[in-house]
Amino acid sequence: MARRPAEEINAGSMADIAFLLLIFFLVTTTIITDQGINRKLPPIQPPQENPPPIKEKNIFIVLINKNDQLLVEDKPMQIEDIREAAVSFLDNGGGTGKEACNYCEGARDPESSDNPIKAVVSVQSDRQTQYGTYIAVQNELVAAYNQLRDRAAEQLYNVSFIQMEEDYKDPSYNGDKTVLKEKITKIQDMFPLKISEAEPKRN
Amino acid sequence: MSRFSKKKSSGTPAISTASLPDIVFILLFFFMVSTTMRQTNLLVKNTLPYADQVEKLDKKDLISYIYIGAPSSRYQSTFGTEARIQLNDKYASLSEIRDFVYSERAAMRQELVPYLTIALKVDEESNMGLVSDVKQELRKAEALKINYTTKEGSATQNVH
Repeated sequence: MARRPAEEINAGSMADIAFLLLIFFLVTTTIITDQGINRKLPPIQPPQENPPPIKEKNIFIVLINKNDQLLVEDKPMQIEDIREAAVSFLDNGGGTGKEACNYCEGARDPESSDNPIKAVVSVQSDRQTQYGTYIAVQNELVAAYNQLRDRAAEQLYNVSFIQMEEDYKDPSYNGDKTVLKEKITKIQDMFPLKISEAEPKRN
Repeated sequence: MSRFSKKKSSGTPAISTASLPDIVFILLFFFMVSTTMRQTNLLVKNTLPYADQVEKLDKKDLISYIYIGAPSSRYQSTFGTEARIQLNDKYASLSEIRDFVYSERAAMRQELVPYLTIALKVDEESNMGLVSDVKQELRKAEALKINYTTKEGSATQNVH
């Protein structure tokens, strides 16, 4: 009996179809992740009768006017110089006794901040200020904090603060993460990020 | 009886391409799974400012986006050039932000709600007034984790 052998289906074009789909998904895929400056907004609180007093010298005031000009501690300044000014303010360590700062390397000017823990950076912008300028100022202030935290981390643990944070997020990090977290918190407590934002002035 | 004798091959056999589709399908599935389609089409101009002290936003399902900027050029004839807020696929007013946050929360799994981050994608030329109004609304909605989405680069490029 003559039996017809089953004919093979030509699967050659299957690859073409799959390639077509593949190219479609390749084009529509966005692998890039967004990045940006993280912030936590303060919760709305009922107005306090007596807000905790903050000494005038512990506040670093950055004003941005509607023409994107900066006034830092009553002096006009360019954006490039803010980082340095913020570092020298935060790292000043002018306090004595209980408020002394034993890890500060600043000028210890009694007119500037006592202690990085006490120091507050206040950013005040106008309603007409451009967002780009505002972000630039925020970025420089975060950079100042990162610089100081990096320095502290290098001194204590011989590793940069940025590296520590990256390790903490890295799932393949082979070390004790709870210890690492403690280290990160310790550095953060040494230089707590205190950037206060007043509501923009209406005019 | 030559059961184990090898067939004599003549010349090189053709390489079978039958498994090529399989390979391509594996690639295809990878990209299908990892793809996130652009959910919204932008109605506003969105040139993000530069910053270099940035953190990455990894978990996309925990992020909601608010776009702020002047309407794109093709909508300017109807909506003007004043900066506006875009939520999902349409222009929105300030009062709608709170509802937006609540609906984003409702769409999330219960245990992930505290990790909701609002990414503010703001055009670098918009004014701070609108941005801080939005921030006030977010505070009222108790969405306190925010992120100013930026491009990587030196921040001094923002100042013209």
